[in-house]
Amino acid sequence: MTQDNDKTHELIAFRIGAQQFCVDIRAVREIRGWAMATPLPQAPTWVKGVINLRGTVLPIIDLGARLGFGATEPSQRHVIIVARIGDKTVGLLVEAVSDILTVGSESIQPAPDVSCEAVRCFVKGVIAQEADMISLVSLDGILPEAELREAA
Amino acid sequence: MDPMEEIKATFFQECDELLADLESGLLEMEAGATDPETVNAVFRAVHSVKGGAGAFGLDTLVRFAHVFETTLDAVRNQTLEADAAVVRVMLRSADRLSDHITAAKAGEDLGEEGDQALIQELQAFLGDVEDDTAGDDMPDFGFKPMLISLGDDPAPLELAPVANGPWEIILRPQAALYRNGNDPAVLLRELAMLGQTTVTLDDSGVPDLNDLDAQGAYLCWTVSMPGTVEEDRIREVFEFADFDCDLTIRRSAGEGANEIVEAPLPVLAVEEAPAVPEPLADAPVEGEAFSLDAILAMARDAAAATELTGDVPAPQADVSDVSQAPAPQGSAVEASPPASAPPRAASEASTGSSATPTQQTIRVDLDRVDRLIDLVGELVINQAMLAQKVLEEGAAPSGSVALGLDDLEQLTREIQDSVMAIRAQPVKSVFQRMPRLVREVAGMTGKSVRLVTEGENTEVDKTVIERLSDPLTHMIRNAIDHGLETPEQRREAGKPEEGTIRLAALHRSGRIVIEISDDGKGIDRTRVKAIAVERGLIDADATLTDEEIDNLIFAPGFSTASTISDISGRGVGMDVVKRSIQALGGRITITSTPGKGSLFTLSLPLTLAVLDGMVVTVGDQTLVVPITVIVETLQPKASDIRGLGPEGTVLAVRGSHVPMVDVGQALKFPSQGNARAGVTLLVESELGGLIALRVDAIQGQRQVVIKSLEQNYRQVSGIAAATILGDGRVALILDVDGLVATRRPAVAPQQPLAQAS
Amino acid sequence: MSMTVLTVDDSPTMRRMLRMALEKASFNVVQADDGVQGLEVLADSTPDVVITDINMPNLDGFGFIEAVRADGRYTGMPILVLSTESSMDKKKRARDAGATGWIVKPFDPEKLVDAVRRVSA
Repeated sequence: MTQDNDKTHELIAFRIGAQQFCVDIRAVREIRGWAMATPLPQAPTWVKGVINLRGTVLPIIDLGARLGFGATEPSQRHVIIVARIGDKTVGLLVEAVSDILTVGSESIQPAPDVSCEAVRCFVKGVIAQEADMISLVSLDGILPEAELREAA
Repeated sequence: MDPMEEIKATFFQECDELLADLESGLLEMEAGATDPETVNAVFRAVHSVKGGAGAFGLDTLVRFAHVFETTLDAVRNQTLEADAAVVRVMLRSADRLSDHITAAKAGEDLGEEGDQALIQELQAFLGDVEDDTAGDDMPDFGFKPMLISLGDDPAPLELAPVANGPWEIILRPQAALYRNGNDPAVLLRELAMLGQTTVTLDDSGVPDLNDLDAQGAYLCWTVSMPGTVEEDRIREVFEFADFDCDLTIRRSAGEGANEIVEAPLPVLAVEEAPAVPEPLADAPVEGEAFSLDAILAMARDAAAATELTGDVPAPQADVSDVSQAPAPQGSAVEASPPASAPPRAASEASTGSSATPTQQTIRVDLDRVDRLIDLVGELVINQAMLAQKVLEEGAAPSGSVALGLDDLEQLTREIQDSVMAIRAQPVKSVFQRMPRLVREVAGMTGKSVRLVTEGENTEVDKTVIERLSDPLTHMIRNAIDHGLETPEQRREAGKPEEGTIRLAALHRSGRIVIEISDDGKGIDRTRVKAIAVERGLIDADATLTDEEIDNLIFAPGFSTASTISDISGRGVGMDVVKRSIQALGGRITITSTPGKGSLFTLSLPLTLAVLDGMVVTVGDQTLVVPITVIVETLQPKASDIRGLGPEGTVLAVRGSHVPMVDVGQALKFPSQGNARAGVTLLVESELGGLIALRVDAIQGQRQVVIKSLEQNYRQVSGIAAATILGDGRVALILDVDGLVATRRPAVAPQQPLAQAS
Repeated sequence: MSMTVLTVDDSPTMRRMLRMALEKASFNVVQADDGVQGLEVLADSTPDVVITDINMPNLDGFGFIEAVRADGRYTGMPILVLSTESSMDKKKRARDAGATGWIVKPFDPEKLVDAVRRVSA
């Protein structure tokens, strides 16, 4: 999240269960349908496996599971958000993308302090949208080397 | 990347090539080559390193290269004979130069202390020999202002020290001045930049039109300038032109009218000036009648001096487009002789037989090649997917669609092979590093060693080459340190004192084979066995074949050296060599004959981009096992599979028991079938021991494109990489050693897998 | 129209540096690896100025300049020598061969450009 007040952000919003989340569109490369992933040995539960993205081996992260919602059972209505995190490209498994938002920095409020570890780590702000609230997910911590190693 | 950094990278890349040229040239000289081509190539290599290094301010490197180059120049000029002693010092200098470059690459500076001994040795050879470049100051380093013939920045007038009378400069160009691309107009303009000039043109020398040579020079200018301008500044303007014109620079007034006809150059060291031929010696004395014949004669001399043609150089001179230029164009056509040799012919004439056709090459960014390889890999996969779908949808296997797909497959494979060939490089680059190593190790061990290399032009993937360097280095060290005897021992054994190490590369059935052999004492099997027993690698009463004993040297922790020597020590053994070869998808074998020597044979894939794999099924997953590790496939009887301890399983294979690993269990994939069903792959593991891998089914053998798992994820133990199968899905490629390691947690430390019988 | 400069140098490093310096000054740059190639490129591209190294394989700078000067088509074309050497002997040889000027490597890009402008003026 940036502190520049007069900046606007384009965000991609999607659902996990009943809640709405969004990520910065600049990190998103493409959105594609779910494809059967090849499971990986010794992977954390939130890594669904790898798929072939035009010749690149793309790990699929179950974002719901990563945020502590429990494993997603992927179906045809699920999509993969292909995102760039650092020097790696990964696929984020989410339920269908719901919206693309343009918001000013001032509409992003700091995330309320909740006890949930995953929320503290990944939710960097919240946006009030009509009757709903959308949590802004920071992808930086989604694929930490340390965590992957630990999980192995 | 910053463009300077990019150029620097180019420079270091160039240095690697130059160093290789340098070393191979010196080795040819060591073998007796004295032809100018070889000597020139060696000289050029050092010269180019120096040139580039200067641009990057690598001062220490430049200083050392300069001394080296000076000695080489003496060899080139045949003032110094390149005898064995000279070449030896030069080889060591090449090594030192290489060290300097390596340091510079890492952004370090070795300092000059280490150079002193070599510098003295190099200079000692010169002895009385005149240093050709002695007149030079050491080259300036970094981006220093260059010296250029046409003068420098305008001189600040107020600094001019001499205040004698004004300058009078008389400039009478000769024909050569125009031919050589100089132009009086430019010279006059340069003068004007130094100070106020008054120019008088004397055109009285221009002959009648009929007598006029379009190439001739008939005009004369007199320039007056303030006496405050520095003389050197004026001379700089004419530095390059003064050979081609009659030039007088003098003070026009006052008692100090010191006329100077000859023009010493400002860059010249004073003591060298007399050695230079009087530049104007054969030019007409000033004031003498300037005849057309004389000009033509001069022109002819100049042409003859080039040894290219006896004709006067062709005259389509376009000098007349400069306003003050002499020759009116009118008569040019008549007066001019026909155009002489075209440049191509001229170059052939001048280079003679020494001109060798250069191989046409282009430099391409490796990234681009890799991108192309990736894309072709995609093409192969897509083609396979398409073929599968077409068949699934019921196309006749011998119908035109299927046949067309066959052709497409053939084409795609050919494209793939051709693209892979782009990454292929001769093993020369790594072989060339070995002579230095041999010299060093021979020196350290007091042994006399000759290195023979064969098949240097054998090509293999660049990455394979890069990763071959360490294992080869280690094996050659070992061969000298452990394989070869001391000169005394060799004499006693009736062998020549000089031992021979042979390094050869060849292609054999789609792989590259590298052989490292020595004519030393061979493997001392009694000793090897004793050590293996001592280290607990084998039982004391184990009966081993000679071959099995020889292979013990690849076991981890095995080292036959009784003291850890500087050379092969540091805890690195042949096991590491074997593992790094296996990591490349290669195999290593040894054959040894006592008293005669040993031969190590490496067999490696030509590329790391594709792999021959056995496609197997485990549960609902498809996996690929590299063919290179598979010894055989078995369909064992249930009675051959025996439990060992609570969880262990072994497989009885022809009387011995091989540890068995269930791949599905090891990877925690849900495996159908029970442990007693399925198929077994007998594979060779890290220690050379056998392991039985149980899988559910074998689908077949296939070449697969290797895809990195680490690029977007991380390393996974037991998995070497990934690939994409014909159905577009990702399949994992097994890493057998890793798999065994994951199966064997800390419980069993390094237990020998060899010979359970 | 921008001027074309031919550089003849066997060192890829030098070629890149020359290209960078000259292109920055909006010259067209054509390049050759040695004298023989230099003569070929010369025929194809008819540059306004030539910059050549001395120590090169196949055909060195002296031979190259001589060959150029022996060809009437290039009379008057400025040829600058760019070399690490600066001995009188070598300069004299270059001049005799027909060089227009001499620049010592390593070179200052600005001065190089300046020199090219001056000889081509």
